[in-house]
Amino acid sequence: MLCQDCGNNESTIHLTQIVNNKKVELNLCRICAEKRGFHNPFEKNAFPLAEFLTGMLREIGEEASAAFKALKCPKCELTFADFSKKGRLGCGSCYSAFRTQLKDLLRKVHNSNQHHGKTPITTVKELKPLREERKLRDELRQAIEQEDFETAAAIRDRLKILFEPAEG
Amino acid sequence: MFDDMAKQSTVWLEGTGPEAEIVLSSRIRLARNISGIKFPPAAAKEDREHVLAMAVDVFKKDSIFFKGRILYVDDIDAIDRSFLIERHLVSPEFMMNLPGRGLFVGQDEKLCIMINEEDHLRIQSISSGLTLEDTFDAANKADDYLSRRIEFDFDDDFGYLTSCPTNVGTGLRASVLIHLPGLVLTRDIDNVISWISKLGLAVRGFYGEGTDVLGNLFQVSNQTTLGRSEEDIIESLQSMTGQIIARENAARERLFNDARVQIEDKIWRAYGLLLYARILTSEDVMNLLSAVRLGYGMGVIKEMPLALINELLLLSQPAHLQKYLNKTMDAEERDVQRAMLVREKLNKTVKQP
Repeated sequence: MLCQDCGNNESTIHLTQIVNNKKVELNLCRICAEKRGFHNPFEKNAFPLAEFLTGMLREIGEEASAAFKALKCPKCELTFADFSKKGRLGCGSCYSAFRTQLKDLLRKVHNSNQHHGKTPITTVKELKPLREERKLRDELRQAIEQEDFETAAAIRDRLKILFEPAEG
Repeated sequence: MFDDMAKQSTVWLEGTGPEAEIVLSSRIRLARNISGIKFPPAAAKEDREHVLAMAVDVFKKDSIFFKGRILYVDDIDAIDRSFLIERHLVSPEFMMNLPGRGLFVGQDEKLCIMINEEDHLRIQSISSGLTLEDTFDAANKADDYLSRRIEFDFDDDFGYLTSCPTNVGTGLRASVLIHLPGLVLTRDIDNVISWISKLGLAVRGFYGEGTDVLGNLFQVSNQTTLGRSEEDIIESLQSMTGQIIARENAARERLFNDARVQIEDKIWRAYGLLLYARILTSEDVMNLLSAVRLGYGMGVIKEMPLALINELLLLSQPAHLQKYLNKTMDAEERDVQRAMLVREKLNKTVKQP
């Protein structure tokens, strides 16, 4: 049997994956198998659930209205159309931007759309300096973009004062 | 790099822990992202570098817990990348070039954290045998340390937010690497696989020529990450693994009762080939070691300790072989050197029967 990817070499690796209870057979030569990351059994390969998600997103993408597709994350500017193509979100804010759609999707993927596990142990009080740092870093980036180097230097100094003592 | 590591086995191959002959290793992975920064594939290089710096900062501040080494992927050459993959410390995807990636490897290699893989942090823990709870504890502690200093992306509905929605919620992937020659020989494996996947677990196996699974090794893991607690996910994998082990043992008993001579012959032939062959591919070694491992499990071969079987499994992988022998070799030369190394190791450790 020839390799299903290149069609040139004899296939020597016959892989069976179970995707949603369906057996999917792959017949690959060594080179193409390595390309797909099937170098040895310890390596990671495509996860059935990820393939399921891709399939479902393709469906959603095809059926979605223009308005639906144009939904955009305000933070990273990923559109819902991009997401349904890539299957990957751009940032944490995407989850808020596409909350309604994701609730539906996650229920199908995980059989649930509500987290029931661990929560981060950090308290808000402990996180305050982190938020402050982030705000300053955003301001710093903006100042640099606007070539306002005086402000940038000042922000850099504040960052230093705020966070250097903690280093020790 | 890693010359010290190349000479020794790794903690998950010690052959200790419950059920270590059937369950090679237990593994936990927690996916975490840092609030306010784009996920690594979407982020700018500067953002990833910032994430890396934040993680390194935690490792340094909490250096008593994070005892080990910090590596920058950009500095790692091709053979060392394969070496880390073979050792299960990183995913192959992680070794593809994306600037700003880093890695923490704990001193005993039990804890390993990938920075800027698909998520900002991938906290992993691996141990030998069926030890999911302990392994989870190790990863969970690392998560606690990190979350004291870094604000994670977390949502009350969706839990820990991840780049791929299949990981959202707990961000937890628990898995076992499991050796099932009995089920493969009795051809019960298809039934078992379909039964496992109906119960919401993912199974992966590798098929070589014909119907033989390469090394008879399978990886079983949870599929869904949202809606159940970490303890729940681990408990169900643990109990499912227990049931798989019971079926494997039942299959072996049947084989031993119905075809004892044939099985013993298969085991001793494999042993003989390892001992005398002059050319061995890594696939050969995996399959032969599987038979020897079965022999160990069934009490047929007592001369070969589990730790040695595991060591050979690791050392016969291409990058390990080259690092161990300290030279670059093409596939043909490797096959010859591999056979020689296996022979030497066996002659040194094993009293001839």
